[in-house]
Amino acid sequence: MQSTSKQFPENAHEALQDEGLQQALQKLSTGFPLKRLQAAKRLPEFEALRDQARNIKNHVLENLDYYLEQFEDKVTKSGGHVHWCRNSDEARQTILDICQKANAKTVTKSKSMIGEEIAINDFLETNGVTPIETDLGEYIIQLRHEPPSHIIAPAIHLSKQQVAETFLKQHVNLDPDRDLDQPRQLLEEAREQLRQKFLQADVGLTGANMLVAETGSNVLVTNEGNADLTYGVPKVHIVVASLEKIVPTLEDATTVLRVLARSATGQEMSVYTTFCTGPKRPEDTDGPEQYHVVLLDNGRTDLIATEFQEMLRCIRCGACLNHCPVYKAVGGHAYGWVYSGPMGAVLIPGLIGMDEASHLPNASTLCGRCESICPMRIPLPKMLRDWRTRNYQQGKTGIKSRYAMAAWAFMAKRPKLYHGVMGIISSVLSKLGKKYGRFKSLPAAGAWCESRDLPAPQGGTFIQQWQTRRKQDREQSL
Amino acid sequence: MTARDDILDKIRRAHGRGSMNTPENIRDRLQSPKANIIPNRGKISGDDKIKQFIDEAERVEATTKSISDINALPDAIATYLKENNLPAALKISTDPLLSGVDWKKAPVLTVSTEPVDGADEVGVSVAFSGVAETGTLVFVSSPENPTRLNFYPITHIAVIRVDDITGAYEDVWQKIRQTNNAHNATGIMPRTVNFITGPSRTADIEQTLLLGAHGPQRLHIILVG
Repeated sequence: MQSTSKQFPENAHEALQDEGLQQALQKLSTGFPLKRLQAAKRLPEFEALRDQARNIKNHVLENLDYYLEQFEDKVTKSGGHVHWCRNSDEARQTILDICQKANAKTVTKSKSMIGEEIAINDFLETNGVTPIETDLGEYIIQLRHEPPSHIIAPAIHLSKQQVAETFLKQHVNLDPDRDLDQPRQLLEEAREQLRQKFLQADVGLTGANMLVAETGSNVLVTNEGNADLTYGVPKVHIVVASLEKIVPTLEDATTVLRVLARSATGQEMSVYTTFCTGPKRPEDTDGPEQYHVVLLDNGRTDLIATEFQEMLRCIRCGACLNHCPVYKAVGGHAYGWVYSGPMGAVLIPGLIGMDEASHLPNASTLCGRCESICPMRIPLPKMLRDWRTRNYQQGKTGIKSRYAMAAWAFMAKRPKLYHGVMGIISSVLSKLGKKYGRFKSLPAAGAWCESRDLPAPQGGTFIQQWQTRRKQDREQSL
Repeated sequence: MTARDDILDKIRRAHGRGSMNTPENIRDRLQSPKANIIPNRGKISGDDKIKQFIDEAERVEATTKSISDINALPDAIATYLKENNLPAALKISTDPLLSGVDWKKAPVLTVSTEPVDGADEVGVSVAFSGVAETGTLVFVSSPENPTRLNFYPITHIAVIRVDDITGAYEDVWQKIRQTNNAHNATGIMPRTVNFITGPSRTADIEQTLLLGAHGPQRLHIILVG
C-alpha cells in the first residue's frame, strides 16, 4: 500500500477536527481497555503467561531459520506448498499465479494485515480476479475503498449511518427504501450478500495469526467465523503470512492464545480458533484440494539482530492502539499506512523506511502505557526513542527542533544557568498572565496555543519552591 | 539465489552463522512438545470440571442441556427447537455416537445426513473434546464430522460426551497426538481443528455486539452422560 506517513502532521490535524471520528475513538478508548483489565484480573496466571509468551517468541527469533525450515518440511509432508517471497511484488505475483492456475474469478478473503501490507486487493482486481473481504468491518471499508483504521476493528472510524449509506449505494439490486437504521439490519444484509459470495468463490485467501513449526499448521482467530467459510468452501486455500509468525509447537501456540484475545478484546478466547494443516485428506468430504502458504519477508529479516528485533514478537492484538493517548486522539488513518498506534510507529519505519515515516516515532508522548499492557512485553517506548536517535543521526530532524534541542542541551548541562533563566521566564510569565491566569497565544508556543491555552505559572519554578520548602523544614526542625 | 535461500541466508548472516543442521534442542522441542504454564482453572477435574465447562460456555452466550443417555437426544433437540421457534429439519453428522439414535422418538424432526448446504438452518455435530478452561468445544474434521456442519447453519447443536471434556487445551493436543500418531502419514493433525467458544459475533458496527455474524447465531451444547 502507498503510504501517506509523510503527511502525519496534516493527517493528524484533520483527524482532530473530525467529530464523528472523535466520538468513535472515545468509545473505543473506554471499552477495550476496561475489558482487557477485567479479563486479566480473571486469570491469576496472566502476567506469568505474558513472560512465557515473550520467551517463546524470543527463542523463535534467535532460531528463525531452523524453525522456518521445519515448518516448510511439515507443510510439504502434509501435502501443501510453501512459497518464499522476499517482498510485496513476489508475494502478489505468487498469489495471482495460484489464482490463475485455478481459473479463479472470485477470491474470498478473511482479514489479513499482510494482505493490506502487500495491497493484494488492488493487484488482483487489476488482473481480472475479484477479491471479496468477508470480515464485516473489512467488507465495509472495501466497499468504501478505505484502508483499515484499527488492526482488529478496521471500520472503527465509521458510524452506522455511514455504513447504511455505503450499503444503499453499493447493494444496488435491493429495495432502495429498505430500513437500515439498526446495526442488526446492516449485519443481516451483509451476511446475506456475503453468503452467496462464500459459496461461489474459487479461492479462499486468509492470513495467519501463527504458523506452527511442529505440525505445519496455520492458526486463524476470528469472532465472526468468516475465516472458516473462507478456507472451508473453495477448492484452493492460500495463507499469506509474514515469516515471524512462527511458533514451535501446539503448546506454544496455546500459550500465545491465552494472552491474545484477552489483550485484544478482553475475551477469554475468541469465538473461532482454527488450525489448518495441508489440503483435505482423501477420505474427507469437504476442505480445499490445494493448500499454499505464501511466506513473506518484506523487510523483516533486516530487523533481525538489530535493536528492533523485539518488534517481531508482535501478535497484532491492537492493545497498544487502545491504550495510546496519541492513537486515541488521531485514530489509525493519520499514521498513513497499514499499521498504526505505537506498534505502527515502530514497525512502519522498519518496513517502508525512515524517509517515508520519519514523523511517526515522534507521534508518542513516551508515557509507557503501551509497554505496560503489551502481551509480548515489547519495549515500544525504547524503540521509539531508538528511531528518534537514528532520525537525528541521519539529519532527518527539522532545523528548528535541532536548534531548540541544542539550546536546551546547552542549558541542561549548566544547572545554574538553567535555573536562573527558568526563574526569569517563570516570573515574567507569572506577572504577564496574572489577570487571566492563562495565555491565548505566546511567541514560540504557537502550535501549543492553537488548540488550547497555556496556563500561567503560579509562583516560582519547581526548584525555587523545593528550596523554599527545604529551608522552612530545616527552620522548623531547629 | 532463490528467495528461500536469500531469506534464510539473511537470517543466518544476521545471527552470525552459516547453514547447518537443526540443533538438538530444537529437534527435541518439536519432537517431544512440553506444556508451558497451565492456568489452575485448566487443572480441574470431576464434577467441578463439568460445572466450569458449562458456566464458561454460558458466559459466552452458548446454551447447554445435560442428558444422561444418548437415547434422550431426539427429544432434547426437539424441545430446544420448539422453545426457540426454530425449524425442525436437521442436517446431522454420521459420527458413531449418533448412528444408534432412534430419531423416530421425536417424529417432529426431519433428519438428513446429506452434505450441508447454504440453505440448511440447523446442524448437529459431535465434538471431539470440550475444554473447561474457557467453555470451548473442539471439533476435528473427518468424513463423519465435516467442518462445514459447524459453520453453515444458523443454529449449531453440538453433542459432546461428558467424558470428552478436559481441563485445558493441552489435554486436547495430547489426545489428538494419541489418536492420530500411529496411522496418519501426513502428521498428527487432521485437516482442520476448530476451537469454538460461543456463537459467532461481531462488534464492527459502532462497537455494538451482535451474535451470528457469519457463523451460527445460536450454539446449543448437549452434554451426554
